[in-house]
Amino acid sequence: MSGFLARVYVSPRPSVRDPEGSTILDGLHQLGFGTVEIVRAGKYFEILLEAGSGQIAEEQLDLMCRKLLANPVVEQYRFDLQVESSVE
Amino acid sequence: MIEVRAQSSELAAEYGLKPAEYDRILDMLGREPNDLELALFGAMWSEHCCYKSSRRLLGQLPKEAPQVLVKAGEENAGVVDVGDGWAIAMKIESHNHPSAVEPYQGAATGVGGIVRDIFTMGARPIALLNSLRFGHPDEPRSRYLLARVVAGIGDYGNCLGIPTVGGELFFDDSYRGNPLVNAMCVGLLRQDKLTRSAASGTGNLLLLIGNSTGRDGLHGATFASANLEGEGLDKRPSVQVGSPFLEKLLIEACLELLDRHLLLGLQDLGAAGLTSSSVEAANRASSGVELDVAKVSRSEADMTPLEVMLSESQERMLAVVAPASVDLVRAVLDRWGLRSDVIGRVIEEPLVRVLDGGRACAEVPIAALTEAAPSYDWPAAPAIVRDGKALPRDPLTLLADPNICSRRWVSRQYDQTIQAATAATDDADAALVLLPGGKRAIALCTDGNFRQDDPYLAGALAVAEAARNVSCTGATPIALTNCLNFGSPERPEGAWQLHEAIRGVADAARALGVPVISGNVSLYNESDGGPIRPTPIVGMLGLLDDVAKRCTIAFKHEADTIVLLGPPSGRLDLAMEARVQGVLREAIHRGLIASAHDCSDGGLFVAIAECCLQASRGAAITAALDYFDESPSRVVVSTSNPEALRSLGVAATPLGIVAGQTLSIASICDLSLDQMHAAYDSGLERTLIRNSELGARNP
Amino acid sequence: MKVGIIVFPGTNCERDTARAIEAVGSQPRLLWHTATEPLSGCDAVVLPGGFAHGDALRAGAIARFSPIMPRVMEFADSGRPVMGICNGFQVLVECGLLPGALLRNDSLQFRAEWVHCRVEAPVWGLQPGAMLRLPVAHGMGNYFPDASVPKPDVVLRYCDAHGRVTPQSNPNGSFDNIAGISNGNVLGLMPHPERAISDVLGSVDGSYVFQALVRELVAA
Repeated sequence: MSGFLARVYVSPRPSVRDPEGSTILDGLHQLGFGTVEIVRAGKYFEILLEAGSGQIAEEQLDLMCRKLLANPVVEQYRFDLQVESSVE
Repeated sequence: MIEVRAQSSELAAEYGLKPAEYDRILDMLGREPNDLELALFGAMWSEHCCYKSSRRLLGQLPKEAPQVLVKAGEENAGVVDVGDGWAIAMKIESHNHPSAVEPYQGAATGVGGIVRDIFTMGARPIALLNSLRFGHPDEPRSRYLLARVVAGIGDYGNCLGIPTVGGELFFDDSYRGNPLVNAMCVGLLRQDKLTRSAASGTGNLLLLIGNSTGRDGLHGATFASANLEGEGLDKRPSVQVGSPFLEKLLIEACLELLDRHLLLGLQDLGAAGLTSSSVEAANRASSGVELDVAKVSRSEADMTPLEVMLSESQERMLAVVAPASVDLVRAVLDRWGLRSDVIGRVIEEPLVRVLDGGRACAEVPIAALTEAAPSYDWPAAPAIVRDGKALPRDPLTLLADPNICSRRWVSRQYDQTIQAATAATDDADAALVLLPGGKRAIALCTDGNFRQDDPYLAGALAVAEAARNVSCTGATPIALTNCLNFGSPERPEGAWQLHEAIRGVADAARALGVPVISGNVSLYNESDGGPIRPTPIVGMLGLLDDVAKRCTIAFKHEADTIVLLGPPSGRLDLAMEARVQGVLREAIHRGLIASAHDCSDGGLFVAIAECCLQASRGAAITAALDYFDESPSRVVVSTSNPEALRSLGVAATPLGIVAGQTLSIASICDLSLDQMHAAYDSGLERTLIRNSELGARNP
Repeated sequence: MKVGIIVFPGTNCERDTARAIEAVGSQPRLLWHTATEPLSGCDAVVLPGGFAHGDALRAGAIARFSPIMPRVMEFADSGRPVMGICNGFQVLVECGLLPGALLRNDSLQFRAEWVHCRVEAPVWGLQPGAMLRLPVAHGMGNYFPDASVPKPDVVLRYCDAHGRVTPQSNPNGSFDNIAGISNGNVLGLMPHPERAISDVLGSVDGSYVFQALVRELVAA
């Protein structure tokens, strides 16, 4: 079993409105950051898990995202995975 | 040049039109409609927009009364006179299907929609209520729906700064695949500020205010009537996302514009978006509208005229503005940070003309879309009426039952005190909201059954109970709004249920002298598990002349006599119901009543227990009655003057006295307050936390 | 005595607050967040409750950059009274006029209920030990102190009906049951005193808080 660190990014699906993102965009504009075109607000998770292989870890994360971390009706997700430590 | 393509019944079916309806369109237009025109018919002739399966039946509802200023069907909401130059606008609406697909956003946008229906009348929204039904909370999906729906309602209403002062929540297998989310809004306005939606005055401009237009909820008006759990759950692109912050800005900007007389008319955009709002506004003025979709601000690229016309993007309003006022109007909107587009104008010919950058792409007579909309009388056949499932009879089990226990887990997620006018919420049978001046108040509640299979009784009892709850505060019921939730009317039992429920609502409303001022019909609430029980929901408005005389649930004094007002047992008798309520209000007004609580689910036992729990007082009950009987027209009151109640003209049965810290009912129970609190207070929490509050998103 | 009430887009308690200020004999003045007139015409400033900018990103995070805020900060620096209620408290914390942060309620739910609070410090003439019954209505009222700056005065703590500071009486998990704090002339609290100014609404204890504001305004 190895340890894996996953960074999971959950954000609104492209076709779904993001009122929070729009409001933050307006706020940035008000502060003078006029070059900002789009803001999408989402969630970020750091997850440490143990798995037999990177493939298994990916499958598990995929399941976690679909069942709990993201609401597939309105959200999309992606994650990256790195080996955190090896256990003999 | 209007493009004409060869159409067929199959394309018409895609837009929700039956072959016979398509033929009718061909007849009326004298030509084949193009794609966009067909979509306009599909939207305007959908069940949700034209009420084709219920329109004729709704005609029997009593709509007139001296206090009614805007009748049911005239405008977006009904309006009643409440004295001193003030008026109340009120309406209830369903958002059942969207809440099954995405419960948080479905519930949130349901609140958004009903609030727009109210402030479009020129009324400031002052209260929200709701009525919720889910499958049994033992099921993970039901727990998930409950948690997300409550969060959605709370987040949207709280952000708008409107108190959610009442509601009801029930669980039953019948709603397992089809949750019900009915949202009610009440608004306050000066009578001389009443705003209509008619698009009148040739040459006046149409201004689209608020959110940009995207592909949200496309075909939602037809989606609302689709069978769920089959293909329904995959209709993901249809999810509408609400922005309560944007709606709050809309409320303030529109009320300011109306206050300054800068708008000639105002209409909100709901189901079928720009299509229904512009067509209905034209219909009310007997005028026409010309719209250019190229002028509409979009949130997505490459939208077709059809998509723009049918988009259900939230938080948008359509205003009718005199050309000379446009600059002033936009200055106000700018200050509130709201975008606006001049998208069209009022024309004399009574048709809707859709342009795309000046190029005509659809033209249909308004009357064809509205007056000529189909109306169906589906054949009805009575269904077998089963006895509703009984509640447990063990006292503590009953108090802890998810359908009886405290709803505080829900209500504390709703801001009930914003606007500093809430005089009563769950401490009385109806919420009380102060009117300006601080002396008078309105009473508000929602009511419906969850175990009633007999549709006539479901309708009549919903009205009777709602009025009774209002009367228990001392207020007089003066208007009602109703949301009729049913399965498919195309099945004979379904049609019969619709018939009977409306007949029940009509009979009870007439007997109690309460006009129906607005409402909503939600049909096709079915899933693979079959249709829901017939579920008419009533929202009741009452008027209380002196809030100092309000009557609440809790027993007030040690040694007060507890009395059952009304026939100890029996079937619904509407004349008797009216008499009991009249007597009750009179007795409260004369100061004879210390507390009053309606007797319904769980019978006398639950009613008395709740009076004890609210008061932290016990009772010694000695009368020999069936304490679990759920007969109608009964109220548990307490009084220091029981003799006075005997001469009021209705049965007044002494039950016992308020005493100590224990509820003892001979041969039924001897319960301490601690025991009762333990069962009742956290009934919902225990149910929800048993597995996980989050439950499961997928069934 | 004029009390300026700052109104951001999304603020929704300004009218309730104005009425409460009138009820204690002062004149409220609603000031839109882009207003350019100087605040020197005000004797005190109140930031009322609501959902400024829909609470996007963090409650008060965007409002603190509103055009009027530099003048509010100058007003506070000049020693005159500034009170932030609920969302107003969140704005004061975001702009540093009060230390710490207001996090999501530990229940992760919006909480709206009547609570008891105990006055803890003689700020603005409030009496330590005095009990106030006030409504709270917030999703982010969980006070988290900033260990890197001097501690502010704790003005109010959540308590039970007998005045005991207990975990059960804490509606949001706030550190040390903190319901309100003060840094001299700037005071922030999560409960809504403007909703507790008459018996028919459930309590008159809110008037006590506004009377303290008027006392402070007169003294300044």
